[in-house]
Amino acid sequence: MNFDLSEDQVALRDAIRSLCRGRFTGERVRKGFDQAMFDELATTGVFSLRADGFGWADAAITFEELGRAVVPGPLVWTHLAHGVAEGIVTGLERPRDGAPALLEHLAVADGIAVVDDDGISLVPSDAVAGVTALDWPLDPLTPVHRIDALPTGERIGGRDEAAAWRRGGGLLTAAFEVGMAQACTEAATGYSLARRQFDRPIGSFQAVKHILADMVVRAEVARTAVHAAAVTMDDPGIGDRERALSGARLLAAEAAEKNAKGSLQVHGGIGFTWEADVHLYLKRAWMLSTAFGNVHVHADALAARLVR
Amino acid sequence: MDLRYSETDEAFRAELRTWLAGALSELPTPPARDDWPARVRYDTEWQRRLFDAGYAGISWPAEYGGRGASPSEQLVFLEETTRARAPYVGVNFVGTLHCGPTLIAEGTDAQKSAHLPRILRGEEVWCQCFSEPDAGSDLAGLRTRAVRDGDDYVVTGQKIWCSFGHVGDFGELLVRTDPDAAKHRGITWLILPMDLPGIDVRPIETVLGSSEFCEVFLDDVRVPAANRVGDENDGWRVTNVTLSFERGTAFVSEMVDALRLAEELAPDVHDLSDRRELAHVVAQLDALWALTKRNVSQAAHDGAPGPGAFMFKLAYSEARDRLGELCMRVLDRGAFDIHDERVEERLRTLSLPIAAGTSQIQRNIIGERLLGLPKEQPWPRSA
Ligand SMILES: Cc1cc2nc3c(=O)[nH]c(=O)nc-3n(C[C@H](O)[C@H](O)[C@H](O)COP(=O)(O)OP(=O)(O)OC[C@H]3O[C@@H](n4cnc5c(N)ncnc54)[C@H](O)[C@@H]3O)c2cc1C
Repeated sequence: MNFDLSEDQVALRDAIRSLCRGRFTGERVRKGFDQAMFDELATTGVFSLRADGFGWADAAITFEELGRAVVPGPLVWTHLAHGVAEGIVTGLERPRDGAPALLEHLAVADGIAVVDDDGISLVPSDAVAGVTALDWPLDPLTPVHRIDALPTGERIGGRDEAAAWRRGGGLLTAAFEVGMAQACTEAATGYSLARRQFDRPIGSFQAVKHILADMVVRAEVARTAVHAAAVTMDDPGIGDRERALSGARLLAAEAAEKNAKGSLQVHGGIGFTWEADVHLYLKRAWMLSTAFGNVHVHADALAARLVR
Repeated sequence: MDLRYSETDEAFRAELRTWLAGALSELPTPPARDDWPARVRYDTEWQRRLFDAGYAGISWPAEYGGRGASPSEQLVFLEETTRARAPYVGVNFVGTLHCGPTLIAEGTDAQKSAHLPRILRGEEVWCQCFSEPDAGSDLAGLRTRAVRDGDDYVVTGQKIWCSFGHVGDFGELLVRTDPDAAKHRGITWLILPMDLPGIDVRPIETVLGSSEFCEVFLDDVRVPAANRVGDENDGWRVTNVTLSFERGTAFVSEMVDALRLAEELAPDVHDLSDRRELAHVVAQLDALWALTKRNVSQAAHDGAPGPGAFMFKLAYSEARDRLGELCMRVLDRGAFDIHDERVEERLRTLSLPIAAGTSQIQRNIIGERLLGLPKEQPWPRSA
């Protein structure tokens, strides 16, 4: 057993991190997702990673770094759809009882993957009718459309594939959330060292220091859970995959949300502004917490694994 | 990054399981909480059985009676003994988890051979005499004085909260040897035989209604200078060695036990919000188990356990507190009886955020050492 990142994984992490530092700066990220961004990520292998022989653990490490930079876009769906559908793919769970669907990133997508208990369908994005764009989506980097009637589309996978996509999507979303939680800790720590009040850095005040300590622990514990879930997905013989995944998802969603709020608090007034990045993290955290099963879904799933 | 145990580890597991099945079936009934002579007998006899079977000090060097096994076998050992509900380390806690590792790192050859094998055989019970009435979180402010006189240190002062103080054969004792030096610089670490003249041990009753720790009064106690671990006035560094063991690994086995408790509670949890809370707690405990594996892997790799070791105790205390609260809610009026294992655990674990460095102190350490935040400004000294 060696539950530390391998040398190759450290190299992978560093490569994605430096890609994000160089190419996906705050300014670029704030312009939102576009074809050029997709092309760059595709060239790096973000979407084809597992087809190229890497495992879920490597994919998780990659998405953690993308989360750190809050890179926008239907990254998880496009990764899942690699090899099954061409181009940029967005997706959602089929709304129950004909309820209207809210869908992210429709305008840039080539296809829409729709998952339900029986399988996965693909709907070409120009085949949907009755579409309205929300003029003010929660996360300014994630455009949202309301779709009144979602066509049935073409079946591209059955029950097993649907279950696998939900697992994989949950894992990569959790990894992304962990990256966001870490970025919030780092940003808030940096600010707490630079910002002075009462003639000293605010990070020396225990009331601030303890918020930051809780943030770093929350992110690290969630990160470990995500890595354990990823390793279990690569090697299901070592443990209960569903339990590991749901646990990771619970902790990661919580870490992303609470650390964004912690960062907002540490930033003071500036944390409440449009200009600061904090709200981008918090809003994305709220949105992602609904993807591939919200916290209640995963809490119920984990609890069910305990009484078998 | 992998979590698969090696074939050697699995062979060790199989062999240990077989042994545990036999050994546990012959175990006497556990003693009552307040019957200390029986508790000492029960815990040390179990330690002796582990030793005889080659399972004591799994990761200790073989030359001191340990198994000299890999850290992953240590994890297998914790997993299997806890799952099989083998006796907890109990009164052997300080000896096997604090003092032993400290002596291995800092002791003289004579100290090692005098104590390590006896600790492993269950022949010596240890206690920790660090805290004082006026030196708790600010441990370095301790005032118990030791004055060198010939081959002895003459020690006078008062210690408090010494777990197992009333049953300990030896104590880890921190004393002030240089009252003029800065507070971290004048401290010395001594091995205290608890039967020396001038020692008065008074048990303190805890919220459990039993005496889990003691006050220790020291009045001109002559401790041989040969009992000094590390150099004179270098005791703070030696102490930090001990405290790093405490933070790193000492709570892992009870964390695995908390998982067992949570899993056993599951069938009794019917309310939806309680079930979701249980899921959160289990997610945290599973993650802490994974964090332990990460710490162990990093220690094997880099020689030091990495940042996760600083975080374990804080996160564990919180998860355990949530589990305790959940138990009380699920038991409802069933919690009126303190004999229920889960009620007793709820009470016992109230001490987790206090003992071995409070959660506030843990947050200070994490903030300052891991995040590099400045210390608070010192309080102006009163003249
Ligand atoms: C069950 C149990 C077993 C123990 N066993 C042993 C043992 O075997 N040997 C031994 O030597 N000791 C032992 N202890 C003592 C333990 O280490 C101390 O209780 C602990 O270090 C806290 O010290 P204190 O009790 O004096 O509290 P204090 O230090 O007085 O703290 C009181 C409160 O103030 C807070 N506080 C203090 N300083 C700061 C600060 N700088 N910043 C923020 N908050 C602060 C604390 O977090 C706490 O909430 C044990 C304690 C318990 C509960």
